[in-house]
Amino acid sequence: MTATVSLACGNGGEENNELISSVFYKAFKNEILDKSEDAAIIHNGELAFSTDSFTVSPLFFAGADIGKLAVCGTCNDLAMMGAQPKYLTCSVIIEEGFELEELEKIVASMKKELQINAATVVSGDTKVVPRGSVDKIFINTTGIGEVIKKGISSNKITSEDLILVNRDIGCHGATIFAAREGIDMSSALQSDCNSLFPQVKALLDANIEITAMRDATRGGVSAVLNEWAKQSNICIEVEEEKIPVGDEVKGICEMLGFEATALANEGTFVLAVKKQDAQKAVEILQTFKNCSQATIIAHVSTRHLQKVILKSPWGTSRFLETPTGELLPRIC
Amino acid sequence: MQLELKNLYDDFRDANTMRAYAKIIHEDAKKLDQTYHIMEVCGGHTHTIMKYGILQLLPENIKFVHGPGCPVCIMPKERIDHAYVLAMQNDVILVTLGDMIKVPGSNGSLQDARSKGADVRFVYSPLDCLTIAAQNPEKKIIFFAIGFETTTPMTAALLNAVTQKNITNILFHINHVTVPEAMSALIADDTSNISAFLGPAHVSVISGSKIYEEFPRDYKKPVVVSGFEPVDVMQSISMIVKQFVEKRCELEVEYKRAVSYEGNLKAQELIDKYFQKAESFRWRGLGDIPKSGLRLRDTYDALNAEIMYKKILPTQKIDDHKLCICGDILRGKANPLECKIFGTVCKPTSPIGSCMVSSEGACAAYYKYGNLL
Repeated sequence: MTATVSLACGNGGEENNELISSVFYKAFKNEILDKSEDAAIIHNGELAFSTDSFTVSPLFFAGADIGKLAVCGTCNDLAMMGAQPKYLTCSVIIEEGFELEELEKIVASMKKELQINAATVVSGDTKVVPRGSVDKIFINTTGIGEVIKKGISSNKITSEDLILVNRDIGCHGATIFAAREGIDMSSALQSDCNSLFPQVKALLDANIEITAMRDATRGGVSAVLNEWAKQSNICIEVEEEKIPVGDEVKGICEMLGFEATALANEGTFVLAVKKQDAQKAVEILQTFKNCSQATIIAHVSTRHLQKVILKSPWGTSRFLETPTGELLPRIC
Repeated sequence: MQLELKNLYDDFRDANTMRAYAKIIHEDAKKLDQTYHIMEVCGGHTHTIMKYGILQLLPENIKFVHGPGCPVCIMPKERIDHAYVLAMQNDVILVTLGDMIKVPGSNGSLQDARSKGADVRFVYSPLDCLTIAAQNPEKKIIFFAIGFETTTPMTAALLNAVTQKNITNILFHINHVTVPEAMSALIADDTSNISAFLGPAHVSVISGSKIYEEFPRDYKKPVVVSGFEPVDVMQSISMIVKQFVEKRCELEVEYKRAVSYEGNLKAQELIDKYFQKAESFRWRGLGDIPKSGLRLRDTYDALNAEIMYKKILPTQKIDDHKLCICGDILRGKANPLECKIFGTVCKPTSPIGSCMVSSEGACAAYYKYGNLL
């Protein structure tokens, strides 16, 4: 690792993992943390507990804003452990000079999203810092959820599972990139930012045998699949043509040389579901808004343990890597 | 009908077409009694070959040598050190293209400079420098220009804007290189093992296919100029293999939808207005190659960061690591696995040689995809 913390250390990919394991995991090591799940399962398996901090530029973007993001992010981490989001805290660090009207807009979208999750903010903190100390506003939310389905874990995926995604991937990353870099496009592209608990609940209500779930935030779908391959000591074989990618996202990837699988999502999750239930899970997911492209994308094997293989429609294959470095456009 | 972006690539990734070309190549290759090494010069092709698993579709006797055509891989450390030193100046905003900021020089990469407080930015189009310059009138914007013939016209367009509008706070550090000189240097060595070239796509759109005429004529190496999509590459390989079978040695263009013989004359004119051939450019992995780089014409000394900042720029050349065999790999004489430091000292996170620097280099590809190649 380099001696200073670089931006690449926050990309959700390899450098990020290295920083976390060499500094934080080392210092805080314990059995719960070591499981490396989206949310910690505590209190005899009855509660899920998770925290996340949010910074995004621009604060308002197509499909959402930092407020919606801050509630979805933490609630989704809880939902991914089969938990119903219940109580959240909300800490805000605001840069001097921030417009009150914008703050109110952000809080209003937090409120709306809390209602969707049937969760409440029960404690909070506000700090204002001098101009330049933060980039406009940073929000932290921490949440507690009640586990309604025990035993969901990314450490026990087997060849009895199939791997699914709930919708087309990469929309959030592509939207943010286009907005940040001022790429003007006439397109309907929007962030996928969304609360996932309703989808999770529908699956659990239908008694779908879910082995694992993870929302594909920073690092995208490829980071999730690679984490799972390592945590469960399996090989995940992905059919490239089955991965749903919208035309707009594909277009941005083509222009800038990105892979849709490496782009961040905020309302897209990957599921490992028992084979016999996979098709039914797809059908349930497809009933949700924006999820008509929910599908099975991969199966589990032992071909190259701890690796993810991407298979092309013409029979070749390559490893799908955990994204490394900052996402940078290719030159030619 | 509205033309959508996907119309430009969907057909060029068709599975049946890919399989059909694989079959043709296999059948033709059976008629050959030796192993041939095709060099793809351009990093864009290396990327396609790796991303789409094209090597897995080829017969035993058709091999690939991954060429030097990635602008960040070939950048010698001393040039990156220039960028680093310039970036660390308080009144400078250093601007460059894409993944240049990841490549380590002797003090670290531009990313490292940025984490130490330097203002380093990357842009999609050099013309974005105009906005940065207007927003920061008290700063000097230094555009660290990199790339082959493809990106040179964009730098020339920025130069054109800067001179016409009399903008005084944009300077240039030029690292543009040219493809044909590097190709000649690779085969001038008698021991090199390159049988044919897959000619670059975008470079040829600018320069025209005329720049490759000498290779079949003087060096007896077939050249097929290829597009970047997987079907383009398979079709081009098939065209090269057919030349082997029919014992032809010609310059052919597969990428006809974009490449003409003359190329983009307007772009060439613009390049010629601002640039002249530099005596020599030092390539990481290949060493000094005469006439392979461009420099600003003397008229534009005032815009030339290498001249204006001469006093602070390091002058010492930095040799490639003694154990690095990138030169041999680029000439098709060695395989990355034969290198003593491959995967041990030299890794993508700490590259020693040019071929490990970006994902377009042969060593990086072997490192990442090794057991699937």
